[in-house]
Amino acid sequence: MIKLVGVEKALGGQPVLRGVNLEIPKGKLTTIIGRSGEGKSVLLKHMIGLLQPDRGQVWVGDIELSRLRGQALNEVRKRFSMLFQGAALFDSLTVFENVAFPLREKMRLPEDKVKSRVEEKLEQVGLAGMGHKYPAELSGGMKKRTGLARALVVEPEIVLFDEPTTGLDPLMAKTIHDLIVAMQQTFGFTGVMVSHEIPEVFGISDWVAMLSKGKIVLMAPSAEFQATTDPVVREFITVGGTMPLQAIQRESF
Amino acid sequence: MLTTGLERLGGKTLFLIQEMGRMLLFLLTTCAWLARPPFRPFQMLKQLHFIGFKSTFVVVLTAMFTGMVLGLQGYYTLRKFGSEGLLGSAVALSMIRELGPVLAALMVTARAGSAITAEIGIMRITEQIDALDTMAVNPQQYLVAPKLVAGLIGVPLLVAIFDVVGIWGGYLVGVDLLGVSAGSYWSSIESAVDWKDVYGGILKSISFGVIIAWICCYKGYYTRMSAEGLGTATTEAVVLSSVLILVWDYFLTSVLL
Repeated sequence: MIKLVGVEKALGGQPVLRGVNLEIPKGKLTTIIGRSGEGKSVLLKHMIGLLQPDRGQVWVGDIELSRLRGQALNEVRKRFSMLFQGAALFDSLTVFENVAFPLREKMRLPEDKVKSRVEEKLEQVGLAGMGHKYPAELSGGMKKRTGLARALVVEPEIVLFDEPTTGLDPLMAKTIHDLIVAMQQTFGFTGVMVSHEIPEVFGISDWVAMLSKGKIVLMAPSAEFQATTDPVVREFITVGGTMPLQAIQRESF
Repeated sequence: MLTTGLERLGGKTLFLIQEMGRMLLFLLTTCAWLARPPFRPFQMLKQLHFIGFKSTFVVVLTAMFTGMVLGLQGYYTLRKFGSEGLLGSAVALSMIRELGPVLAALMVTARAGSAITAEIGIMRITEQIDALDTMAVNPQQYLVAPKLVAGLIGVPLLVAIFDVVGIWGGYLVGVDLLGVSAGSYWSSIESAVDWKDVYGGILKSISFGVIIAWICCYKGYYTRMSAEGLGTATTEAVVLSSVLILVWDYFLTSVLL
């Protein structure tokens, strides 16, 4: 569905991506893991054309996204939605207006349909009756759920999730994960998620890929990924989730 | 040592040329997006309300005191030549040709320009501009174009208010306080002010409106991703807009005279 071929990108003179090759399967939820500052969000932004690669290609289906600009790029973007790390809600709009925004601007639906779809989506994310509030009046979890509703209200073909649970308590993180899985199963979109939540991501993702030193070191179905013997991946997933005590002890002695 | 100095100078010059080119492209692409649907009249009205209507109070206040000072200064200067009767024309011509457009534009820069930079800059830092992009909504068309139109319409209207209030301020001091005849105040305005002066003032105010919206939006749009970067962008926007207004005023005046 989405294919990155030899993608290289430097930011501020520092190489971030050093030849990423990655193929995202259609209709599945793929999670990209990796250490902080490895360029996972940068990678995600290449998939929707927010960043252009210095070298290499980004393909969405049979369209080379990395060559497109202006209106042609916007046409491809209509197939996407994205949930940002900080939700990126528009401060000057209410929750209802935020969720309605892509329906009004992207799909140009009549107001009665906008109203019914927004209310339905707000109810699905547990924000029924909150439509009149402004983003400044919401908690972190509510902002993320509003962002999720905005991303999914257009029923897109591809959804990108940039660290959807960062900064949330474990219960709220689980709620967001459950919502993503439920929506993915209902609508069958192709999902790409960047996350640090190990081991939770293994339970919700179909495929997992790891970015390290600017390259994808492993991409495999979730169960296979967990069983890998690759030392770089093993170190990350064990320290990251299943053996915190050992990790602390190793740091201490 | 000399080579390093030259390299630095060359680097800075190249950066300046690059920045100027980028600014010009920003204006041209915004104009291009402005001509394409959807036109978003509600957004334009909202911006006109913010840039224009909400600046009215500060513009009226500035205009009143500017007119009053002009009345005072003009009266004591003209009295030396026995020409107090020409006070009205002195106040009106100064207002319509120069002070109205320049001071109103500087006040709009300080009040609305800085807010525009801060608003767009925060939207950049919090990824709201990226969010617009991902929703296939061009941020320049959605955010910048309505502000450009609002500047284009709002600033000339504010300048008209500035001119009228300023002339009344001069009347208040000259006629009510210092005893100049009301008839000679108004008749000197009627005989001295030509339509050419009014057109010149309008032309100036339109171009100042574009400068304010263009520079302030540009600085916010390309702000660095930090609180300090946003502060710097806001300062740069106000300083650059103000300087450009004064420089452009000189060039326009030299052409119009």
